[in-house]
Amino acid sequence: MTDTAAVASARWRLKRPSIIPGFGLTLGFSLVYLSLIILIPIAGLFWRSAALGWSGFFAVLTDERTLRALYVSFGTAFVAALVNVVFGVITAWMLTRYDFPGRRLIDAMVDLPFALPTAVAGIALTALYAPQGWIGSLFMPFRIAFTPLGIVVALIFIGLPFVVRTVQPVMEEIDREVEEAAATLGANRFQTVSRVILPGLAPAILTGFALAFARGVGEYGSVIFIAGNIPYVSEIAPLLIVIKLEEFNYAGATAIATIMLLISFAMLFVINLIQAWSRRRYGNA
Amino acid sequence: MPDPLRTASGRSRAFRNPADEGLGAKIILILLALAFLGFFLVLPLVSVFVEAFRKGWMEYYEALVEPDAAASIHLTLMVAAIAVPLNLVFGLCASWAIAKFEFKGKAFLITLIDLPFSISPVISGLVYVLLFGSGSLLGPLLKSWGIEILFAVPGIVLATVFVTFPFVARELIPLMEDQGTGDEEAALSLGASGWQTFWYVTLPNIKWGLLYGVLLCNARAMGEFGAVSVVSGRIRGVTTTMPLHVEILYNEYNMVAAFAVASLLTFLALVTLALKTLLELRFGAGNAGGRH
Repeated sequence: MTDTAAVASARWRLKRPSIIPGFGLTLGFSLVYLSLIILIPIAGLFWRSAALGWSGFFAVLTDERTLRALYVSFGTAFVAALVNVVFGVITAWMLTRYDFPGRRLIDAMVDLPFALPTAVAGIALTALYAPQGWIGSLFMPFRIAFTPLGIVVALIFIGLPFVVRTVQPVMEEIDREVEEAAATLGANRFQTVSRVILPGLAPAILTGFALAFARGVGEYGSVIFIAGNIPYVSEIAPLLIVIKLEEFNYAGATAIATIMLLISFAMLFVINLIQAWSRRRYGNA
Repeated sequence: MPDPLRTASGRSRAFRNPADEGLGAKIILILLALAFLGFFLVLPLVSVFVEAFRKGWMEYYEALVEPDAAASIHLTLMVAAIAVPLNLVFGLCASWAIAKFEFKGKAFLITLIDLPFSISPVISGLVYVLLFGSGSLLGPLLKSWGIEILFAVPGIVLATVFVTFPFVARELIPLMEDQGTGDEEAALSLGASGWQTFWYVTLPNIKWGLLYGVLLCNARAMGEFGAVSVVSGRIRGVTTTMPLHVEILYNEYNMVAAFAVASLLTFLALVTLALKTLLELRFGAGNAGGRH
């Protein structure tokens, strides 16, 4: 418990005085637990990655199969996040503005992708969108499952609540008077929505997009069933990590994981920037 | 009240709020959203149960009591029973430190706590493989002491703790920050000990938020697939949790059994959603926002 001791000795510098007890104990425990579970293992990944050296790192990254897998992961996550922005905003609009029977139920259902295990989502979507499935058979001879399009379907499922739940609270806060003002100034409804409402929602929509995109890039469980996993075509980067691990190619797995981790950290940074910008400009996050 | 649909055709001009869409636009938007949600949320949910009961109740029941399936249910419950309390204690400690005190580096600490949300589950498993695997420093050392972590239950627990790490803390931090420190200071000035203050003042204030966090944490702990699949080694009936068992059955084209086990997990998800909605309606828990 050296952390606790260090924190306790420095507490009058680091923290504002308070009569509430337990600061050293709770912060110390939190930091130790955080380090053991999260920070040290991640540091280990970077350490192993550094041991590869630049040449070893680049050899893995410039490999054709790795590049294709990264392209498939980022490309499908981008498309799925775009689809989710369109339908997520419509869904959030429906849930905040319209009242109809079953609205509560639908509102609760939106969180299903958060609660449903990804493997279950994966096999259910595959059964539906496979050529002989309920939805897949409607689109034959055009195939959805076992192509990159199948990956997009899975990622739409996974990302939907991120967009709806980021946009919905901001939508609820919109002042109706602003819309009425736009209408009295002669704007038709379409102009009011596109020029008054949507710009105000932009930061929330952007955040929802970024969250859905970031989640989609790393998603594994729901994708591997529906993707078909054809190398160079529908093989995602997380799957390639698993394949490299099963071949005991730790160097390859480490290099791909490191680049994905760096990109997710960059995305996290961008999301925080959007939210800080939105707080400054609109007073909400 | 004139029929609003007829006003669009110009027969009688009833009042329409200019700051509102026309009825036609409303209906189109609702139908679009419902079709989208139907294709992506409702039908997958329905198909799980349809596939599970395709060959009747008997097959369904037998798929669940089969020894490997029963073992996977047992393992899943055990892993969640270890991982959730660990993250619960962490969540209480972290939110106490963060919400009740002002100190430097607080925002950075919150970012670090959120970190597992932005990491691919596969990478969450990989970091433990690198830490305890054959090429690492720790792995061979622990092995010489007879401790197995990778491809055994401790590895599965660790990976689950990693991915469910932020859930409880994330719910509690904003809740406790909102409540401030006034109640605790009053209790302390009236002579309560620190522990009494926490037990009789803070805990009753946060119990619904806490339950909400535990609920989400538990759902993820029981359903985690990517991270667990990397560390488990998939030794059938020994290191296969329910989601991994679903994968094995599915890859063996044993669809009824795969969907039968999946239906249990789906049922768990539905119960979680129902309780979550109830908590939100009754107690306003979970207002922290949508980042899960």
